[in-house]
Amino acid sequence: MLNIYCPHCGEHRSEEEFHYAGEAHIPRPENPAELSDEAWGDYLFFRRNPRGLHHEQWYHATGCRRFFNVARDTVTYEIHESYPMGARPSVSRDSEEAA
Amino acid sequence: MTQRNRLPERGRVDRSRTLRFQFNGRTYTGHPGDTVASALLANGVRLVGRSFKYGRPRGVIAAGPEEPNAILQVGTDPATTTPNLRATQTELYDGLVCSSTNGWPSTERDLTSVVGKVGGRMMPPGFYYKTFMWPSSLWMTYEKGIRKAAGLGQSPSQPDPAEYDHMNHHVDVLVVGAGPAGLSAARTAARAGARVMIADEQPELGGHLLASRATISGTPAAKWVRRQTDALAREPEVTVLRRTTAVGYHDHNFVVLSERRTDHLGPDAGGVRERLHRVRAGQVVIATGAHERPLVFGNNDRPGVMTASAVGTYINRYGVVPGERLVLMTTNDHAYHTALDWHNAGREVVAVVDTRAEAGGDLPTEARACGIRVLTGHGVIEAAGGRSVTGARVAPLSADGESLAGTTHELPCDVIATSGGWSPVVHLTCHTGDKPVWSEEVLGFVPGETRQARVCAGGVNGTYALEAVIHEGVDAGKRAATAWGFEATEMRDLAVSVAEPSQDPSMKLFLVPHHKPVTRAPKQFVDFQTDVTAAAIEVAVREGYESIEHVKRYTVMGFGTDQGKLGNVNGVALTARARGKTIPETGTTVFRPAYTPVTFGALAGMERGGLLDPARFTPMHLWHVRQGAAFEDVGQWKRPWYYPRHGESMQQAVNRECLAVRQRVGMLDASTLGKIDIQGSDAREFLNRVYTNAWMKLQPGRCRYGLMLKEDGMVFDDGVTACVDDEHFIMTTTTGNAGPVLEWLERWHQTEWPELDVCFTSITDQWATVTVTGPESRNVVAKLCDDIDFSREAFPFMAWREGTVAGALARVFRISFTGELTYEINVPADYGMHLWEAVYAAGEPYGITPYGTETMHVLRAEKGFIIVGQDTDGSVTPEDLGMHWALKREKPFSFLGQRSLDRSDSRRRDREQFVGIRPLNGEAVLPEGAQAVENPSNPVPKRTIGHVTSSYYSAALGHSIALGLIERGHDRQRERLHFMTSDGRLEEAELCSTVFYDPDGARQNV
Amino acid sequence: MANRYSGFGLFRHALRYHENWQRAWRNPTPKTHYDVIIIGGGGHGLATAYYLASQHGITNIAVLEKGYLGGGNTGRNTTIVRSNYLWDESGQLYEHAMKLWEGLSEELNYNVMFSQRGVLNLGHTLQDMRNIERRVQSNRLNGIDSHVVTPDEIKKIVPIINIDNLRYPIMGSSWQPRAGVARHDAVAWGYARAADALGVDLLQETAVTGMRIEGGTIRGVETNRGFIGADRVGCVVAGNSGVLAGMAGLRLPLESHPLQAFVSEPLKPVLDTVVMSNHVHGYVNQSDKGDLVIGAGIDGYNGYGQRGSMPVIEHTAAAICEMFPMFRRVRMNRQWGGIVDTCPDACPIISKTPVDGLYFNCGWGTGGFKATPGSGHVFASTIANDSPHPLAAPFALDRFYSGALIDEHGAAGVAH
Repeated sequence: MLNIYCPHCGEHRSEEEFHYAGEAHIPRPENPAELSDEAWGDYLFFRRNPRGLHHEQWYHATGCRRFFNVARDTVTYEIHESYPMGARPSVSRDSEEAA
Repeated sequence: MTQRNRLPERGRVDRSRTLRFQFNGRTYTGHPGDTVASALLANGVRLVGRSFKYGRPRGVIAAGPEEPNAILQVGTDPATTTPNLRATQTELYDGLVCSSTNGWPSTERDLTSVVGKVGGRMMPPGFYYKTFMWPSSLWMTYEKGIRKAAGLGQSPSQPDPAEYDHMNHHVDVLVVGAGPAGLSAARTAARAGARVMIADEQPELGGHLLASRATISGTPAAKWVRRQTDALAREPEVTVLRRTTAVGYHDHNFVVLSERRTDHLGPDAGGVRERLHRVRAGQVVIATGAHERPLVFGNNDRPGVMTASAVGTYINRYGVVPGERLVLMTTNDHAYHTALDWHNAGREVVAVVDTRAEAGGDLPTEARACGIRVLTGHGVIEAAGGRSVTGARVAPLSADGESLAGTTHELPCDVIATSGGWSPVVHLTCHTGDKPVWSEEVLGFVPGETRQARVCAGGVNGTYALEAVIHEGVDAGKRAATAWGFEATEMRDLAVSVAEPSQDPSMKLFLVPHHKPVTRAPKQFVDFQTDVTAAAIEVAVREGYESIEHVKRYTVMGFGTDQGKLGNVNGVALTARARGKTIPETGTTVFRPAYTPVTFGALAGMERGGLLDPARFTPMHLWHVRQGAAFEDVGQWKRPWYYPRHGESMQQAVNRECLAVRQRVGMLDASTLGKIDIQGSDAREFLNRVYTNAWMKLQPGRCRYGLMLKEDGMVFDDGVTACVDDEHFIMTTTTGNAGPVLEWLERWHQTEWPELDVCFTSITDQWATVTVTGPESRNVVAKLCDDIDFSREAFPFMAWREGTVAGALARVFRISFTGELTYEINVPADYGMHLWEAVYAAGEPYGITPYGTETMHVLRAEKGFIIVGQDTDGSVTPEDLGMHWALKREKPFSFLGQRSLDRSDSRRRDREQFVGIRPLNGEAVLPEGAQAVENPSNPVPKRTIGHVTSSYYSAALGHSIALGLIERGHDRQRERLHFMTSDGRLEEAELCSTVFYDPDGARQNV
Repeated sequence: MANRYSGFGLFRHALRYHENWQRAWRNPTPKTHYDVIIIGGGGHGLATAYYLASQHGITNIAVLEKGYLGGGNTGRNTTIVRSNYLWDESGQLYEHAMKLWEGLSEELNYNVMFSQRGVLNLGHTLQDMRNIERRVQSNRLNGIDSHVVTPDEIKKIVPIINIDNLRYPIMGSSWQPRAGVARHDAVAWGYARAADALGVDLLQETAVTGMRIEGGTIRGVETNRGFIGADRVGCVVAGNSGVLAGMAGLRLPLESHPLQAFVSEPLKPVLDTVVMSNHVHGYVNQSDKGDLVIGAGIDGYNGYGQRGSMPVIEHTAAAICEMFPMFRRVRMNRQWGGIVDTCPDACPIISKTPVDGLYFNCGWGTGGFKATPGSGHVFASTIANDSPHPLAAPFALDRFYSGALIDEHGAAGVAH
């Protein structure tokens, strides 16, 4: 069971307090009406689903009810960092490759 | 029967007390401190079961969790009989009743063994896959017979009355295993100030030291253990768990421990039988030791063949010598301890058969000095005897151990103890996906790299010398504590020294060769419980099942309840040999939880019955109960479904409730609807984005119906939202969606539009709601409230007012889900019951009738109002529902889901659309879910063109009605379709408007 | 097949101490070029290769498997086979598979132990029952055997089930008598052996590391054993589909999640049918070995670790104990996880791609095993004809752009 650091509560808490909320950093298109069906479908459904480093959203459902981002490895389940919405991750694919 | 194998002294059993127990119908005695296995061996019982495939007689092999054979059914009560308990881990209590799990008609006189002897040769690995294929229709018949032979013990047949629970812990350091390494680690970490938990599967701490004759810095092992145990007991932050097995090591240092609390006390102990400790540990010290590996040779499953260390354990810990005459076969020096123990117990060691060409270490020398015959360069190639060992057939081995170098002779004996070295208990270190690595030095798999915060110490690392084990434990305790931020102190009392005998290198040997090739030799068992032999592994590899996982799956090696603790490494080695590869190239199968089996009840804990999922009740619940309401589960809520009066059927009750609302007045407990308080200067803009319709002009005191879509354009929720003021709104949601909608709002606000000034709070539980509906509703509410003007002009439809109802602060909404004049009165939840009773009393002169969800459904269906989740299924757009009026596409912000409504499939002309359905037979109520077809006489597969989503008998209309989703439904008014039901009926019905009752809405505009 | 399996053959081999068994499949060296490469040696991939060879006459095929045959979800599922899906498109696809299951052991000359012992899908709420009625009726229109049964009838089918005093009462069930279970490993092995006999090269421990695409057309794949050329490449790799799609520069509407299961210790036969409950998340049957085989819910997060989180197991154990209180004393022997590739509509993708000659068969989510023969059959046809098999056509990728999803999540459940 994952142990997740909530950047708002400032504590590690067990996964049971959280809801997984999908891949992070997928902004809603500014003007959906101008998008083709393909571009809209891409936004709606298509995901990176990587084997390895994944930036994802979690919701502290039974805690502070805040959303935040987590950089996690989908194979080892290791969590590199938690960071608030709007922030940029310090661990990225590039930084991992560099390391 | 006397305990003829019990020594007069030695061991840790309490000879002053005698316990009586039954095995396979016969009564035996033992002592406190015994396991069932040690007590059976004390009584000279050899045969403990029959093997599952060949029906071969089997006896106790080991003394711990690795035991494959002594699997018993304990207890006879149909509710508490427990299948598949390991005799080697089952503590004896007075009156214990147990039996073997296999053998028909009995373990003693087993007929399946005859089948095994005759048919065994017909059962190579995979034999099921190669036969019983023709004809296919008969497989179910064959299978019945095959299933009869399956399984070990019997499931209880009655509900288990025992209690189980869970306990959560956060500790700095968790130590798994309380042998010398674990004890040392725990003491060191505790002294550093860490909060420590130490768990061990045995009833006493000490691990293998409980059966050791070693001295540690001059102190006997048992006394050393007691010192450490006492020292731990004095540490305030240390939790010691006995009879507690770490069954699973999960990600992020989450370790599950299973504690057996009462089984050792007998069946009537009461209290919590088993407790699952869910431990989140800063650091984990794995000190799980090692299991001795038996050697594989012909008929090595005969009762009396045991591991050397098990024999030593029975002698030293339980004071039981499991036979008269011992032949010990070993690849290493360590096992000589057992020969010496046996000799010192006063019984005959026939010979030590050492597979190595030479044995010059201290222990072999000591053995020879005791007059024990040591046969070097030999192996036991075959056990003689049937239901018990009668001799060991011995032959000289070639130097590499691959072949025989001479002729066989037989040594008479009744016990053959073997040691092929040790296998570290790496299981827990692998549960999180880490792979163990083969060590040629250890001749075993040792823990590999990991990302978990853990340290391994002692036998699990392949470190076996006691002094080194203790030092590794101290070191592990230090490393764990310092890694978690504590400062370690020197542990002077643990700087021990242990005199170790000099040892010669061990020999790498797994299978003792036979004169005959493996395929023709007497059966050489690798995995006892699953009856997998060396020959089976060869056959599997020959047939191309080469991967170790294929070998495992094809032969079923390791699938037993011991998960191959004894056999897996031998199996890997034999697979490697058959493939001509090395052991590292072959690899190992994956270790998975549970390390030893864990009870379902313990996994479930308190989650049973009413606690399986929390049940939610409204403040008026007791009133409904007292009225004899039938309840419906809606999400976690219990809602009144209908209120039957004596003798009424459900339909009669619903008809009565419906007519009461249409003709007079009814009341509904609507407290379960989700309610979300929304505040902020951008609240309006936010509603505009999440709802399909417009919210800019909604005035304070007014409310509006809203429809919410997912981004895929499909209806997700609906409800009425009221404007309190420009920056304050109250949203209602469907009962089941209250949580998901709140999360949905938070998600969009926090992840996409944080610039909007708005916040959300669930107020579902803070308010209770009574819906008063029907022509007389105004009269009823007016009686209870004198500060709201209920006149049509002052309080119009879709308005809301604040006031005092029945003395309580109230928000009253004039909205309607029934089509009748309706007031929904919301009061603080604590006043819910009060309000309900007040409304009921005020309504009595008008014949007020409480109604439940079923009547609510009928009334709204008569009006064509949808229920999200019943009339929609995640594939329905607002346009499909004919709710174009709720879409405001010209809003400046593209509301959630808007773009998806313009995809080609959303624009498809032949979509299923929401329609009214009127059965031609007005008495026939279509089943909800009935499928529509155009022509029922078409052959199968018939194309469905839609289905019924809601269907009722309408008492107000005097005929049945239905709603449904029908292809091109909006263009098919008055068309007739056939509806097929699962009970084989065929009903014809006409499509019509969804509004069956009061189409002009006149009844609510009064 | 050179070495047909039969009871008589078994007897002959027994007389020779089983020393003369032939390999079930060869261990060939890769050729430089194949007409078709199938990536993924699980049940679906092997079935695809088998049907390409047996139905379409294409035998110059290689199946590339990075590990061992059948080592992914094929060997990790709870082996339930049923076809009572809601929508016509999926019902027909799974029923197509069901019909193939019914003759599979004979066709492959390998006993896959397909046991049609019946499957109950329990309903615990009024909405569950509406959904069951709808699904059952849809099944019957599609020629799928399916019934709605009452709690009393459930009790007759499964006498040991508890239908009293449940937190969520058992209100009824759907019942598909032809549904059941099969021996998962045997399915992979049976297809492997039959495909090999038709000339298909099964290349184990052969991991694809890249795809060679020239001018929008697939030319072959890079592997740990070098480049292997191919005219067509079919990817059937379940949880790892996203990784392979990435090699081709594509993305898929998939998320890979852990799905867990566990087995009890072996027990004497006590449960002869399959009992499934979506509402409380518990799926149980008893294998021929005697284990209770139990499927748990899906873990919420993406994961390729073949393991999930403990609460999922705990909740499922609770659900099983609720339905079968006598099992509370039974013990879990082993728990594990697979990687399921889930689609937004809980239906598979069987599709051509923007790359000529590259095809994907994935997204089976939690329901792949039961589809194995049908999936391979329609995918083989899709590859052989470079055009979707009629039963596969609704499952093409373009549905995620047009919006023509086939939502098998079932009706959303509670609301009102």
